[in-house]
Amino acid sequence: MINLIYLTVLLPLIGFLINGLFGKKINNEKIIGIIGSSTVGISFLIVVGAFFQTLSLPVEQRSNTVELFTWLNVAGLNIKFAYLVDQLSLTMALIVTGVGFLIHVYSIGYMHGDKGFWRFFAYLNLFIFAMMNLILGDNFLVLFLGWEGVGLCSYLLIGFWYDRNFEKGTTSQAAKKAFVVNRIGDFGFLLGMFLIYFTFDSLNFNEVFSKVATFPVPETTFSLIAIFLFIGATGKSAQIPLFVWLPDAMAGPTPVSALIHAATMVTAGVYMVSRASIIFASAPTVMLVVAVIGLLTAFMAASIGLVQNDIKKVLAYSTVSQLGYMFLAAGVGAFSASIFHVMTHAFFKALLFLGAGSVIHGMHEEQNIQNYGGLKKYMPKTYLTFFIATLAISGVPGLSGFFSKDEILWNAYANGGFVFWLIGVLTAMMTAFYMFRLLSLTFYGKERFDHHHVHPHESPSVMTIPLIILAVLSVIGGYIGLPKVFVGEHGNLFESWLEPIYKPAELKIAHYGLHSHFEEILLMTISVILALSSIYASLKIYTHRTEIAEKISTKFNGIYNLLLNKYFVDEIYEASVVQPIQKGSEKLLWKFTDVKIIDGAVNGLAILIDKFSDVIKKMQTGFVQYYALVMVFGIALVLFFLLFSL
Amino acid sequence: METTILSILLLTPILGSILVLFFKDEQKNIIRWFGFVVSFIAFLISIIAYLKFDSSNSNFQLTHQIIWIKSLNISYFVGVDGISLLLVLLTTFLTPLTFLSTWKAIDKKLRMFTFSMLLLEAGMIGVFISLDVFLFYIFWEMMLIPMYFIIGIWGGERRIYAAIKFFIFTMFGSLLMLVAIIWLAVYSSGSNGQFTTNLIELYKISPTIPLKIQSWMFAAFFLSFAIKVPLFPLHTWLPDAHVEAPTAGSVILAGVLLKMGTYGLVRFCLPLFPQASINFAPIISVFAVIGIIYGALVSMVQTDMKKLVAYSSVSHLGFVVLGIFAMTVESVQGAVIQMVNHGLSTGALFLLVGIIYERTHRRDIAYYGGIAKLIPLYSVALMIAMLSSVGLPGLNGFIGEFLILIGSFKSNVLDNFWFTAFAATGVIFAAVYLLWMYQRVVFGNVTNQSLENELTDLNTREFLVLIPIFIFIVWIGIYPSTFLNLTDSSVKNILQQVSQSTVNILK
Repeated sequence: MINLIYLTVLLPLIGFLINGLFGKKINNEKIIGIIGSSTVGISFLIVVGAFFQTLSLPVEQRSNTVELFTWLNVAGLNIKFAYLVDQLSLTMALIVTGVGFLIHVYSIGYMHGDKGFWRFFAYLNLFIFAMMNLILGDNFLVLFLGWEGVGLCSYLLIGFWYDRNFEKGTTSQAAKKAFVVNRIGDFGFLLGMFLIYFTFDSLNFNEVFSKVATFPVPETTFSLIAIFLFIGATGKSAQIPLFVWLPDAMAGPTPVSALIHAATMVTAGVYMVSRASIIFASAPTVMLVVAVIGLLTAFMAASIGLVQNDIKKVLAYSTVSQLGYMFLAAGVGAFSASIFHVMTHAFFKALLFLGAGSVIHGMHEEQNIQNYGGLKKYMPKTYLTFFIATLAISGVPGLSGFFSKDEILWNAYANGGFVFWLIGVLTAMMTAFYMFRLLSLTFYGKERFDHHHVHPHESPSVMTIPLIILAVLSVIGGYIGLPKVFVGEHGNLFESWLEPIYKPAELKIAHYGLHSHFEEILLMTISVILALSSIYASLKIYTHRTEIAEKISTKFNGIYNLLLNKYFVDEIYEASVVQPIQKGSEKLLWKFTDVKIIDGAVNGLAILIDKFSDVIKKMQTGFVQYYALVMVFGIALVLFFLLFSL
Repeated sequence: METTILSILLLTPILGSILVLFFKDEQKNIIRWFGFVVSFIAFLISIIAYLKFDSSNSNFQLTHQIIWIKSLNISYFVGVDGISLLLVLLTTFLTPLTFLSTWKAIDKKLRMFTFSMLLLEAGMIGVFISLDVFLFYIFWEMMLIPMYFIIGIWGGERRIYAAIKFFIFTMFGSLLMLVAIIWLAVYSSGSNGQFTTNLIELYKISPTIPLKIQSWMFAAFFLSFAIKVPLFPLHTWLPDAHVEAPTAGSVILAGVLLKMGTYGLVRFCLPLFPQASINFAPIISVFAVIGIIYGALVSMVQTDMKKLVAYSSVSHLGFVVLGIFAMTVESVQGAVIQMVNHGLSTGALFLLVGIIYERTHRRDIAYYGGIAKLIPLYSVALMIAMLSSVGLPGLNGFIGEFLILIGSFKSNVLDNFWFTAFAATGVIFAAVYLLWMYQRVVFGNVTNQSLENELTDLNTREFLVLIPIFIFIVWIGIYPSTFLNLTDSSVKNILQQVSQSTVNILK
């Protein structure tokens, strides 16, 4: 099955081509949906096969390369189209094809009746194709191919309803914003790649990483490479300062938000950092930067999430926040924990988005949670699964989110320090709070929608079955990564599985002193208590005593507005970056430099010549007498000189 | 190995251009077919030349030499290496497509138009295959005349202004080149005992020119090429020429004509004046990088689609010049493939703008909006051309840009990280100006009701024009080796020539 891994890339591409080229002619939702879903489903089965095959191999043989053809071969630059099948890529591939398949199936129901149905499935398949390249590529360039490819699909899918408005603008503006902001990150990624090639003469993962350990390279070089790569990651994974595109990406259909903007694509940055763990580990300063950026992003996004009223917006900021946790983990050297959170987050966040989609579907496209309420009885399956996901993300013990978040927090404490842990826990409290606010306002309390126009209903089973499967995963997904404090040094299956990937990096990272089990259990208990009390408060306020929320928001009007307006980051960027570049290009570069100066100089020269010839022209009057006169004068002059010079 | 294949290739459009004059102006369809068939035959001949070519050999091949002016030792001497062959193929590939694209658009003086186009094709082929500097100069100048007419007769409202501007700009540059060519030939009679304009001979002689004079010679050649490229700040003729030129003119102008400038840099400036090239490389690269950013920013704020694409050319060709003067195998290979890429993607963009212009006679972005709903197939085609131009990995543009950037990063000649860093911002800006245009033109609601009557989707003929271009856009993106292998040894050979006579810059 390992040798067939290229099929997991090829099949979605075929699906894309069939639906993209002939989808309009097929004009049958069932056939289109089955083509779109089955290509991903079969890919998933192949990945599962490859996974078990790899698992059956001895640890040192678990990294295999499948070569297809040479992509670029110029001078020393030899880049193959090859796929690396190892523990890390398999883990990611399982998530992408598994969750991806469920979302494809769900979309058959969600997109029912949309005139772009075929286009939607074509784009989704193209996305899986690109994402698989990103994950499986055995060198930076194939990764980058996937990286840009998923960006394109994200662009196409955010702007999928290209004739619709979104907030103050249009969906296509949101799409363009996503692409451009991502490109800013890609600029960093490119420079990182150049520097890697310059330093190690290769872009192949295995070659570069093995050279990292042996080459005498100064730490500044590593720091530069790492910071450039991380700039790339902040773009794709929506971290400070490039997170601004993700909330706007909600303009796309909800399954897209679930697949691309929650479960898979946005975790690409985390994957990349994880893949290049040895480079990051060699640049301790950058590791600290990664951790701090992750932590700040987590905190900031969670605080914004507290006051948003659009169901998808809340989830979008929640995603930004959770991605921050993943970078925090990577930054403190807990790469395995960051990927663990990628996985659990993929389960519960995909579930939350799909659940939100089900609600939106049942509420006739209404997205404002203030206009929901009491939907529990109308949508029991959606409610139950949404509830489970909410418990999971809030860190309630026993569910998947608890285990992954706890591991991150513990590592933040052990390798980062108390402040890291504290901010992490505060973020977790806010997370629990806004999630239960969302849950309460949507499913509990008074029904605040207009009963005459809105008739809430449960979604069809093609949508609810994926929800149920994801709910099961959200519950049990954490048990493969149980805390070592309970199960011993080798009891954490997830960590043991990924351990060979991070071994070289581990050796480079300085771990601070030993911590006792007591400490770990104490911190865990504190964070659980805080999360539970936060849940209690949120439930209380938003189910029964909504006036409290209003009081608080009027009392702390300033903070409330700041959060509601997302710290005015968009406005600041608009005023400080977008406008100056645009106005400067138009007024200074084009209309002044190009037209006035350069063209002015050229035309000025032409006018000068014109004027000069005007003067000379006057001599040619056309009168013979005049010429004769000039001639006589001329001869006289010549004679004069001849005579007197003699 | 003497063979006449290149001469046959050169003669085909010339013969065609003479024969077309014997038709009557009323026989429009026959003339159309005639132009297309002749240029297609030229394409087939160039394919035969490609099959005969041995890419592992770095020498000039398929050469053909006939003594022309014996007393001055000037000969008709043609031949190709991988680089020139690739550009010949680009020329012969694009010309029949442009004929096909103007099937409806050009109706006035069709005979004259076909005559001009075929003569232009001959001129372009001639420039790429000449191995005698004098012959090269003749072709170089010869192209100006049909292009002048194409803009001046079939162009837009300000066509005369644009045509004259185009003519004077390029004429100015080439006069300097003529002086330098004569000087070179005279110098060779001094050092070699024989007056010669044979390029292969000059390759051996000219690197021995004292640096001070070499710099002047370099400057004369360079200026002429830089105007053609065009390199910032010599670019202002380009937007005018493009906007006023008919679609066919824009496609040839962007697709092939601009490449003559960059081709000249590779073929003449680098190997003839190696030391001067190295000395001037950093300052030229500064202008190239300014051009990349400047072109992109100015492109961003354009309101006219053709002007937008024209300024984007300034940006893209900045990459090519940077690649050439970084003088690493990666960067020069990137520059050569980027010449082809730009021909394909910008050619496609001009074709596409031309297609809706034919229907509406409007080029201003503001006139359009929401056309995805009206002409979906067209919108997909525009998307592909745009992504190719943006440099999306998997399509052709990326390969060129990536090689240029990664090559300039490790360049010993430039030896400065900042060239690459600034040039790479072009990657961001390219996305901004093209996506923004696309968003305003294609997405959204149909803003202008008259569009509904005017616009019809791609017809079969237009489809047939675009498909071959798109095939190569994907081909180069996924499997560039076909093209990179063709030029590999030629590029190495040129860099070898430079390094032999100067410091060792080859890695």
